[in-house]
Amino acid sequence: MSDALLRRWLRRAPAYGVLALCAAVLLFPLYVTFANSLHPIAEFLQDPPPSLFPSHPQWGNYFAGGDEQGGSGGPGVTRYLFNSVVVAGIITIGQLVTSTLAAYAFAFLRFPGRGVLFALFLATMMVPLEVAVIPNFQTIQWLHWTDSYQGLVAPFLATGFGTFLLRQYFLTIPSELKDAAEMDGYGEYRFLLHVAVPLAGGALATLAVFAFLQAWNQYLWPLLVTNDPDLRTVQIGIGAETQEPFRINIAFANTIIAFLPMVLLVIAFQRSLVRGLFGGSVKG
Amino acid sequence: MSAPAAARRFALPRGARQLLTALPFLAPSIVLFGAFVFYPLVKSVYLGFYIENPFRTRQIYVGFDQYRDVLASSEFVSSLLVTVTFTLYTVVPALVIATFLAVLANQKLPGVVVFRTIFASPLAASVALTAVFWLVLLHPTIGILNEWIETLGLPRVDWLNDGGWAVTEHSGVSKLTSWISDPNWALLSVSMATVWMNVGLFTIILLAGLQTIPDELYESARVDGAGRWAQFWHVTLPMLSPTLFFASVVGVIFAFQAFGQIDIMTGGGPVDATNVVIYSIYQEAFQNFRYGAASVQAVALFVIMLGLTLLQFRLVRGRIFYR
Amino acid sequence: MARVRFEQVGKRFGSVVALHDLTLDINDGEFFVLLGPSGCGKTTALRIVAGLQEPSAGSVYIGERLVNDVPAKDRDLAMVFQSYALYPHMSVYDNVAFGLRMRKHSREEIDRLVREAAATLGIDQLLERRPGALSGGQQQRVALGRAIVRRPQAFLMDEPLSNLDAKMRVQMRAELIRLHRDLGGTFVYVTHDQTEAMTMGERVAVLEGGLLQQVAPPQEVYDRPANLFVAEFIGSPAMNFLTARPADGGLRTDEGVVRLPDDLRAKVEASGAKEIIAGVRPEHLAPVEGGDAAYAATFTGTVDVVEPLGSEQHVTVALGHGSLVARLPAHPRLAAGASITLGVQAEHLHLFDAASRARIGP
Repeated sequence: MSDALLRRWLRRAPAYGVLALCAAVLLFPLYVTFANSLHPIAEFLQDPPPSLFPSHPQWGNYFAGGDEQGGSGGPGVTRYLFNSVVVAGIITIGQLVTSTLAAYAFAFLRFPGRGVLFALFLATMMVPLEVAVIPNFQTIQWLHWTDSYQGLVAPFLATGFGTFLLRQYFLTIPSELKDAAEMDGYGEYRFLLHVAVPLAGGALATLAVFAFLQAWNQYLWPLLVTNDPDLRTVQIGIGAETQEPFRINIAFANTIIAFLPMVLLVIAFQRSLVRGLFGGSVKG
Repeated sequence: MSAPAAARRFALPRGARQLLTALPFLAPSIVLFGAFVFYPLVKSVYLGFYIENPFRTRQIYVGFDQYRDVLASSEFVSSLLVTVTFTLYTVVPALVIATFLAVLANQKLPGVVVFRTIFASPLAASVALTAVFWLVLLHPTIGILNEWIETLGLPRVDWLNDGGWAVTEHSGVSKLTSWISDPNWALLSVSMATVWMNVGLFTIILLAGLQTIPDELYESARVDGAGRWAQFWHVTLPMLSPTLFFASVVGVIFAFQAFGQIDIMTGGGPVDATNVVIYSIYQEAFQNFRYGAASVQAVALFVIMLGLTLLQFRLVRGRIFYR
Repeated sequence: MARVRFEQVGKRFGSVVALHDLTLDINDGEFFVLLGPSGCGKTTALRIVAGLQEPSAGSVYIGERLVNDVPAKDRDLAMVFQSYALYPHMSVYDNVAFGLRMRKHSREEIDRLVREAAATLGIDQLLERRPGALSGGQQQRVALGRAIVRRPQAFLMDEPLSNLDAKMRVQMRAELIRLHRDLGGTFVYVTHDQTEAMTMGERVAVLEGGLLQQVAPPQEVYDRPANLFVAEFIGSPAMNFLTARPADGGLRTDEGVVRLPDDLRAKVEASGAKEIIAGVRPEHLAPVEGGDAAYAATFTGTVDVVEPLGSEQHVTVALGHGSLVARLPAHPRLAAGASITLGVQAEHLHLFDAASRARIGP
C-alpha cells in the first residue's frame, strides 16, 4: 500500500473506532438477548445470570413453536407475526387509499370549506388514540368487533399526517399537467390513477413505511381489543411471554425472531423514509 | 348519471356541485375521523360528567364535579409529574445521543452505511421488543448489568423494583431490598429503554437533516479557519435546528403516549413510580372500570399535549432557522 | 500576499485521473486564471490549493511553505464559492466577520475591518440583512467581502460569476479587476468562460482532461495557441479548421492550395507531420480584393447563413467540402446564396500537427 494511502487509513482509524464502539454499545442489549436465548432454562434459575457466551447453544429454543407448556396459552411467534403483518398491512393499505383520495381532493379540487376541512384533518394529528381510547373501545364493543381483525384496524384507517404528506407532493405537480389532462379528456379518477399517483411514488413509499411501523408498534389498542390469544399481535404476544419465567429463554428467542423482519424492513426502506420526509433536499 | 352531471341538471349552485365532486374522495376519511377521532373526543368530555356507582351498574351525573375532583387529586398530579419527568428523561438524552451518532454516521467514510443502519436499528425494535431487550439487562435476577456493577464493587441496583419473579432463594435478595425504597430507579429504567428506542428514530431523522446541509458551507468555514468544533457549533447546529425541533416534537408526543414498554417492564409501579397519565387512564378504565374518571384524565391529557405542542412552536419561533 | 506553486501535482479519484503532473508558478500579486471546460481539473486544482482536497502526488507551496499536510483552516487563504456559500442563518455582518472571529480578533478590530470591506464593496447598507433577502449580485459581494476582510495570502475563486445574469456578470468583471488593482492580492480564478479569462487574467492556464495545455498571458493564448485544443477553445466564433497535406509550395487542402512562406514551409518539413490542421480565425477572413497574390489562400463558396450583430456580421460560407465562418463589417450586408471569395494572409494562419495536435507555426 502506498505511503499516502496508508496514512489516510491510519487517520481514519479513530473514526472507525468510535463508530464501532457506539455500534457495540447500541447493539449490546440485542446481543445479550440473543445470548440468553441460547441457554437452557436452568441457567436462569441460579445466581450468576447466564453468561454472554453460551457454551452449549440451544438452537432448539428457536423452534419451540407454539406452546406445549401453556406459555400464557399463546400460539407462538409465527402466529403473532402473521397477525401483526395482517393488521399492519391492512392499516397501511387503508391509510394509503384514504389519504391519497383525500389529498387529491385538497390539492386538485376546489370546494367551499376546503381550508377549514383541511385544518380539521390536520387537527386529527393532535388527537392520539390514547385520548380517545375509551369511547373508541365502546364503539368497537358495540359493533361486536372485539377479538377481530376489523376491530384491530378500524380506528387507524384514515390519517391526517398521510393526507398532509400526500397533499404536499400533489401540490408540486404543475397545474398545467392537469389542464393538459383535462383537454385530453381525463376525468378526475383517471388523472388520479394515471398521473397523480405514479408521480407521488416517493410520498406513498414514505407513508407506507411510516404507517406500517406505527401499526406494528401498537400496544394499547390490541391489548384492549383482543383477548383471544390467537389474535395477539407481536407486541402483545411477546409481552405476554415475558410473564412466563419458565419459558423466558424461548421468549428471548421469539423476540429475536420477531425483530428480524423489522430490521430488514428498516434496512430496505431507510432511504425512502428519509427522502420522503425531507422532499427533494436530501442528497443520496 | 354521475353526481356532477345530476347536479348540473338540477342547476345546483356551483359550490354544491364542487362539494359533490369532492365528496367521494373525502368521504372515507371524514367518516373514519368522525367516528374514531371527533366523536370520541366529544364523548370523552361527556363521559367525564358521569361517575360510576360502586357496583358499576349505573352512571350518575355529577357535572363538573368529577373534573374538579380528579384533576385536583394528588394521584393525577403525581401521574402528571411522572409523565413530565419521563418526557424530560427520554427526549433530551435521546436528542443529544442521536445528534452525536448522526454526526458520526454522516462522515464520508467507506462503509459508513453499515453504521447508519446499525444506529437506526432500534427503530425496528418497537415497543415490546425494546422492553424485552432491556429487561434482559435490568432484570433483578437475570439481568447482566447488576453482575457487572457488583464486580465493580458497587451494590446491586434494583432497576425495576419488583424483586423479579425469583424462583429460588437468592443470595442477593438482602442487598436488593435496600434499594426498594427509591422507586426512581424504575422510572430511569423505563426511560433508558425508551431513549434507546428513540435514538433509532431520531438518528434517521437527524441524519436526513444533516444531509440537507450543503457541503460548501462546511468548506467555506474550513477555509475561514473553523476547526471541527467550530464547524459543528456555527454550521451544523444552526442548520440542523428545524430538524432538531421536529424530532423533539415527535419525542414529546411519543413520551406522552408511551404505554407498551411501561406495561411490560414495570406495570406502572412500583408505588406508581412509572404510572404515567396514559397508564393511569388504562388502569382506571379497564381495571377499575371507572370510565368517568378515566375520561377526565384523557381529556386533560389531550389538552396538555395540545398546549405543549403549541408552546413548543411558539417558544421556538424566533430561534430556529428555516431556509 | 504570496505566490502559489504547484509542483507535479496529480490527483486521482479511484481510476479517474483528475489532474496529471501539473506544474504552475503563480506570482505574488498576480491575477491568474485557470480556464477549461467542465471536468478539466481546474476546480480540483483550486480545491487542492485550498486544502479541501489532498493531492495524490506532487507538492503545493504557498509562499515558501510546503502546505501538503497543512489543514485548510491553517492555510490563511480565502475562497469564494460558485454558490457563494453564505451562512443563511447569519446576518451579512456576521458572515463577513466569521473568518475574523475564528482568528480571535478583537471586537473593535473586527468591526473596523468589516465596515471597511463593506464600504469597498458597496454593501455597507446591507450589514443587518440575511443572505436570503439579498439579490444574487449582492450575495456575491458579501462572499467577496468575507474573503477580502481577512487579508489572506491568496484569494481563490471558483467560477464566482457563473450564477449571475449576463448584465451583472459584465459589471462584476469590471469590479473584480478594480478590486485586484486596489488590493494587489494574488487571485487564483477558475472559470470555463473565456471572456472572463481574457478580460481579467494577467496570465491564463488552459486545462483539459487534467492536463495543462498552455500557460501564457491572454493575448498570447489567443494569438499563438499551443495546440489544437486551445486554438479551438479560445475565440468566439471559434477558429475555422481545414485538414491539409504538405505539398509543393505549401499545403494542399480540399479547397485548393495554401501558399506558405519559406520559414513556415521549413517548420512544416521539420515537424515531419504527414497531416496538418490549418486554422484561421473568423476575423482574419476577408473578401478578396485585388489579386490572389496577397493571400496565402483563397476560398470560394456560397453564403449560407448571415448573422447580423449590429457592429459586424458573422457569415457562414459553404465551400466544396465543409464551411467557414467569417467576421465581416456590418456593411455591405450579404445575402444568402450569394457567391463570395474569402482570403487569408500567411501571418494569420495557425498550423498544427494533426497527429500530435501541437502547434507547428508560425
